[in-house]
Amino acid sequence: MNAHPPLFEVRDLRVAFGRNGVFAEAVRGISLHVDHGEVLGIVGESGSGKSVGMLAALGLQPEGARVSGSVRFKGRELVGLPRRALRELRGSRIAMIFQDPLSSLNPVMTVGDQIAEAVRLHNPDLSRRAALDRAKDLLALVAIPQPDRRLQQYPHEFSGGMRQRVMIAMAVANDPDLLIADEPTTALDVTVQAQIMEVLAELQARLKLGLVLITHDLGVLAGHADRVAVVYAGQVVEQAGVDDLFARPGHPYTRGLIASIPDMTAQSERLFSIDGTPPALGRLPAGCPFNPRCVAAQDICRREAPPLHRKGDHAAACHFAFSATESAA
Amino acid sequence: MSVLSAPRFVRPRWLSLPLMVGIALVLFWLVATVAAPWMTVHDPLDMVGRRLQAPSWDHLLGTDALGRDVLSRTLHGARHSIPIAVTVVAVAVAIGAFLGALAGFIGGIVDTVIMRLVDVTLSFPPMLLAMAVAASLGPGLENATIAMVIVWWPVYARLMRAQVLEVREREHVEAAVASGATQTRVLTKHVLPLCWTPVLISATMDLGQVILLAASLSFIGLGATPPTPEWGSMISDGASQFYSWWVALGPGLAILTIVLGFNFIGDGLHDYFDPRSK
Amino acid sequence: MTRYILRRLIAMPFLVLGIVTLAFLLTSVTKGDPLTAIVSDRQLNNPEVVAAAKAKWGLDRSLPERYAIYVGNLLTGDMGTSFITRRPVAQDVLYRLPATMELVIAAMAVGATIGISLGVLAAYFRNTVIDHVARLFALFGSSIPVFWLGLALLYVFSVQWGVLPGPGRLDARATPPPMVTGFMTIDTLLAGDFRLFLDAVWHLILPAFVLGWAVAGTISRLVRANMLEVLSREFILTARAKGAGEFRVVIRHALRNTMVPTLTVIGYSFAYLLTGAVLTETIFSWPGMGSYAVDAARGLDFPAIIGVTIVGGVVFLVTNLLTDIAYVVANPRVRLG
Repeated sequence: MNAHPPLFEVRDLRVAFGRNGVFAEAVRGISLHVDHGEVLGIVGESGSGKSVGMLAALGLQPEGARVSGSVRFKGRELVGLPRRALRELRGSRIAMIFQDPLSSLNPVMTVGDQIAEAVRLHNPDLSRRAALDRAKDLLALVAIPQPDRRLQQYPHEFSGGMRQRVMIAMAVANDPDLLIADEPTTALDVTVQAQIMEVLAELQARLKLGLVLITHDLGVLAGHADRVAVVYAGQVVEQAGVDDLFARPGHPYTRGLIASIPDMTAQSERLFSIDGTPPALGRLPAGCPFNPRCVAAQDICRREAPPLHRKGDHAAACHFAFSATESAA
Repeated sequence: MSVLSAPRFVRPRWLSLPLMVGIALVLFWLVATVAAPWMTVHDPLDMVGRRLQAPSWDHLLGTDALGRDVLSRTLHGARHSIPIAVTVVAVAVAIGAFLGALAGFIGGIVDTVIMRLVDVTLSFPPMLLAMAVAASLGPGLENATIAMVIVWWPVYARLMRAQVLEVREREHVEAAVASGATQTRVLTKHVLPLCWTPVLISATMDLGQVILLAASLSFIGLGATPPTPEWGSMISDGASQFYSWWVALGPGLAILTIVLGFNFIGDGLHDYFDPRSK
Repeated sequence: MTRYILRRLIAMPFLVLGIVTLAFLLTSVTKGDPLTAIVSDRQLNNPEVVAAAKAKWGLDRSLPERYAIYVGNLLTGDMGTSFITRRPVAQDVLYRLPATMELVIAAMAVGATIGISLGVLAAYFRNTVIDHVARLFALFGSSIPVFWLGLALLYVFSVQWGVLPGPGRLDARATPPPMVTGFMTIDTLLAGDFRLFLDAVWHLILPAFVLGWAVAGTISRLVRANMLEVLSREFILTARAKGAGEFRVVIRHALRNTMVPTLTVIGYSFAYLLTGAVLTETIFSWPGMGSYAVDAARGLDFPAIIGVTIVGGVVFLVTNLLTDIAYVVANPRVRLG
């Protein structure tokens, strides 16, 4: 890191949901950062708080959620920013794409109108005609054939992969600096997943995007991310460069995730999966939140929450990170 | 509930505020239906005071053009409106459920004939058809009742048919058929008992609308005949004594509160059965 | 989907025939002497008139034959002669239909505007005071008898406060414009009389609100339920992530997605409006089909009663068909699928 502030920096972000005045934290102090042109992978099971956290960072938390901490974009604090100022950033400097491209697109608006809307929201002086022209270029950019004709179609006339391309086109409509992709390939057919990742990777390199790639599948990140943050129960439990992480995982949860990546080459009949389920909202076990599912849990794990141990750029929240027990799993 | 403990009413979960208000309103008018003679000071048909007297302590809702007490007449009105509404709905349910069950269970030509009759009847604006039938039968509450049954039964026929069609597909019915039970037995023992609930719930909810329809018919002179203290015809009296606003006030509020009661109950039940809408 | 509409269109004549048959049966089987249904009491002693009527309607014949004659006459546009107005029923009805349509359309506009706005507000601010008030408004709307509401509002706004005009379509002293469309608001404009146009609009406000309230309530509940569902969908998040403001999110993205069911309920509310119009017209001395029907029913004017009932049924049938077509047209997935 140099004198420049990072493109996007989250510090101790907390998101709590309340029911009848009792609040439970879904995100319990996440800290991470993304630099210009860098790809950060965030991995974790569903319900780990990774999506909620990123949405909340942009002021898109569900109604009634309480957000605290600090989110800085190019050095500017976003938490507590007036809604209007946040709106101006969303879709122009910071864009998002979501998991299910079918439900993420408005079913009663043509694809062209939806992309043109994204353009015009941040260029109000642009004519509808010009915005549609831009939309056409964007469809071509994400390699959708016959963009002229496609513009006038509705989302249900597109295939899943094509819809996600539309979402990507819409996201990059205003040349954003940061793109947050929330499980962009999860809802797609396996064969299409690779294509979409390719489109994303190509655009990321071409537009020098800072990219946050949220996924539950560590395998997706292997070829695409520069760094990876592993999230468990609302906290970052491990953070490292992607090669370092795969080579020397410091947290047993990360090791479990790596082990459960389906191996296309091996003919293994059974997929490894981590036993148990992540803790429910507001029902954290004492000590390390992962201890009930951890194969290497010791007494201390059930008593004390582990601090973040650092080793260079590698950090892991495990009592035995970087120690001899590393090989236990 | 113990008599000795503090009489603190704990509201059960299902009893929402709208439901409570609705039940209270309907209960009030049910009590009036039974006990109107003991709730009022004046006879509803007697000329007990000066004509067109504004509300006073003697006549809380004033007197009408013949010097009758509006409050007494309003409370006694429940004795006409509510039994009529109950009769209409009961008969309409009986006819509609019978024909609907027949249509759904037998199918074929019977189904076609009954359901086309239902379609055609429901193709009329209800008020217009009720008016036409009531007029051709001649004025009077009985004829208005018949007219309303003719307008209303197809609603339950449709509902019942849909229910029967749904229930007869269930496994226990197929099992009964397979074990050789007769048609009638299958229908009465295995299908019908499972069809009643939605029909009865919808019938109860409709009582308010039937009260409105009955009052409307009376208002235009096709229902109750003078001097019957029926709400609709009382409002009609009020319309001809336009500047004596109190003449129509009592019966208007009566219709409003009882129909509101049924609607509150319906709304409360809706929330209960469909919590997503909360 | 075009096939579906085609099927509906083919079924139309049969339904109309059904309407005619049912209206005819319900009003003639019950009557003792059908002659009194066609000839007024005073003319019953006139043998010429009686004979002519008997010949025309075939009263000396059996019910099926009479039915055939009625349908035959109907096909030539003859619905008999009203013995209150002494004009052909078909002519009376045609003359009065526009007044009813004007009232019903105005009521629909009022109902849809209030209903959609309240529904959107109630959904966006759910479980707040706004939501509760909207719910009360809806419940009261479907509980208040229109004829009483009409009286009460006339008394308050016209008699007590004098801010709105009394009954009628125009000021009693004004000379009505020549009838072209039968819509007072249009005819006054065609006559080039803008002040009369404003007077016509002025007179529409109260009856349209009285008639539209219940519809507004129904629509608001439906819009609220649909809005709650749509607002929780993911494309709403997409719109916000694009940087769209809340107003745009609610109107352009959410509301537009509820338009199909809303349109449908507005179309089907026509039955209620026609029913309510009967009573509203009576209160507001509105010279439409409803007050005509009431006069006919009160005066036991049977040709008129049957005629109005048939026309009412057909109007109802046509609007329901139009609603279904609108549903298909407004729904891109159905239209193209």
